[in-house]
Amino acid sequence: MTLDSASSDSAPARRRVDAAGVVIALVLAALAAVLVWDSRQLQTTTMYGMGPEVMPVVIAIGLGLLAIGNLIDALRGNLPARESADPKAVLLILAGLALLIAIIGLGGGFILATSALFVTTSRAFGRRAILVDTAIALVMTTLIYLAFDRLLTLSLPAGPLERLL
Amino acid sequence: METFAALAHGMAVAMQPMNLLYALIGVFLGTVVGVLPGIGPALTVALLLPVTYKLDPGGSLIMFAGIYYGGMYGGSTTAILINTPGESASMATALEGNKMAKAGRGGPALATSAIGSFVAGTIATIGLAFLAPWLVDFAVRFGPEDYFALMCVAFVTVSATFGDSPIRGLTSLFIGLILGLIGIDKLTGQPRLAFGIPELLDGVEVTTLAVGLFAVGEALYVASRRHHTEEKLEPIRGSLWMTRQDWQRSWKPWLRGTLFGFPIGALPAGGAEIPTFLSYSTEKRLTKYPEEFGKGAIEGVAGPEAANNASAAGTLVPLLTLGLPTSATAAMMLAGFQQYGLNPGPLLFAERPDLVWGLIASLFIANVMLLVLNLPLVGLWVKLLAIPQPWLYAGILVFACMGTIAAKPSVVELSMLAGFGVMGFLMRRFDFPIAPVVIGLILGPIAESQLRRALAISLGDPMVLLQSPMSATLLGIALIALLAPFVMKGLGRFKANED
Repeated sequence: MTLDSASSDSAPARRRVDAAGVVIALVLAALAAVLVWDSRQLQTTTMYGMGPEVMPVVIAIGLGLLAIGNLIDALRGNLPARESADPKAVLLILAGLALLIAIIGLGGGFILATSALFVTTSRAFGRRAILVDTAIALVMTTLIYLAFDRLLTLSLPAGPLERLL
Repeated sequence: METFAALAHGMAVAMQPMNLLYALIGVFLGTVVGVLPGIGPALTVALLLPVTYKLDPGGSLIMFAGIYYGGMYGGSTTAILINTPGESASMATALEGNKMAKAGRGGPALATSAIGSFVAGTIATIGLAFLAPWLVDFAVRFGPEDYFALMCVAFVTVSATFGDSPIRGLTSLFIGLILGLIGIDKLTGQPRLAFGIPELLDGVEVTTLAVGLFAVGEALYVASRRHHTEEKLEPIRGSLWMTRQDWQRSWKPWLRGTLFGFPIGALPAGGAEIPTFLSYSTEKRLTKYPEEFGKGAIEGVAGPEAANNASAAGTLVPLLTLGLPTSATAAMMLAGFQQYGLNPGPLLFAERPDLVWGLIASLFIANVMLLVLNLPLVGLWVKLLAIPQPWLYAGILVFACMGTIAAKPSVVELSMLAGFGVMGFLMRRFDFPIAPVVIGLILGPIAESQLRRALAISLGDPMVLLQSPMSATLLGIALIALLAPFVMKGLGRFKANED
């Protein structure tokens, strides 16, 4: 950590330590550790050749090297420049996906789940007419449900709305 | 000639009315989805994979051929009319094509790209038909160690050699390889990286990964930087048709683009970017109208578009003959084969010639259909481009989740889709390439099982990898390709130079 603060002080502003890049390198290193830990749980049963535990370790070694490479890039500030991002839009879409998963998980059905996702996403892209979008979403997803159910005979999860059809 | 007989037989398969209909539906759906901004051919194939679940393998692969070419054509329409290339291979097209559209010559730009794609696609498919049997004869002699070495070459070239940063490319590849480890080990039945979650025992679904990375990731990324970019749709003004001079200036770039695209696509050398930019810079040098380059020169659309299409047909050579996908789109095609338990490779040519040659013949048919369908329907595609962005991306996300819900309506699967979406967003933001992840997931387990088979045959002696001359040569090539970008810094800057 001392290295981190020292180089960010002395380096010119353009070549500062990229904190996000350091986090990426740490995540990669942690992933490598998980791979090795998981491979320890496997039993070696093969007489000849390699068992299932070899490849994870090989990949973990490669990943460890790449973590170091990423760390060097981050410390040198070699990552490509990033534009400012709008966290609200991203969080809104993620909330929509969480809603979709929750509604499917709780048996709310396809139409409600995908409509929730549609409305939150279009809000994230700057739409304000939520009622209009809800109506569009309900009609569209009902049509998709019917098309899948009747034409392709693929069953999508059914909830209270689907049972009315 | 054996090839002619096989191809004629394939034509007979592809010309059956039902198969013609599948090809038509494929071309139409592929164009409709591919024309949407931000959706490249790989995602088009991934999104439409569920539609083909209920078809028989032959019909669905034929539909795939149509979706593949339709998706590519749709992508270039978007590049020309709103300057948002869905994939890096259409970047060269966007460069000149969008300028032409701004100058009121959008019609000829679309026409030269459609006819150029047709010419290149047809020549390259003939190349595929003649090269494939020859390569199959060669590939039947491959041992498992040779296959493993070949996959190492593909791993390195798609991730490290030609990208912006070999470190970030390899990181993407390794993430894909880790995802490939998840699930039950096929040889010993032991679960790896499943953490006691039963849904993970089957492994990661390629479509879930691709749709998450490409569709959800792209939607998150575009939403996050919505305030930066203003997309502007260029209306098509003036004539749709090419003038006599346009034809004269286009036909040579079409042929040269094909010559760049097919061989580079057929080698496991990573995608269509390189041939399209090679073609662009060649046309820039050879043109009689250098002053027009940068302001909308028709050669700059004709050449790269032909190169793009020819290289797409080229990537089918290693895919069909060796089972080796070298682009994200080819990886999705392989996933399409696997959904029917079919493994492309020399055996498939021997066991299911009707399927393979029917597919190759369908490529010709899809090409003709695209030409006939697209120029008259260009007005419809333009209307699709005019869908407001909020509805467009909301619709894309609903469509993306629909595929997963239809295949596996479980909370775990949908959470994985959302998780891959976040991963795709972060990878775009930090400039990690996406395609190597998909290729790592699909090719990693195959490479591992080939290696383990080779070592089991050699009774655990790793020298088997170097004793086969084929495998030793390929591993040497892989090593050179891995070290080259670190030694010669200039190679990775190739793309940056052209901008």
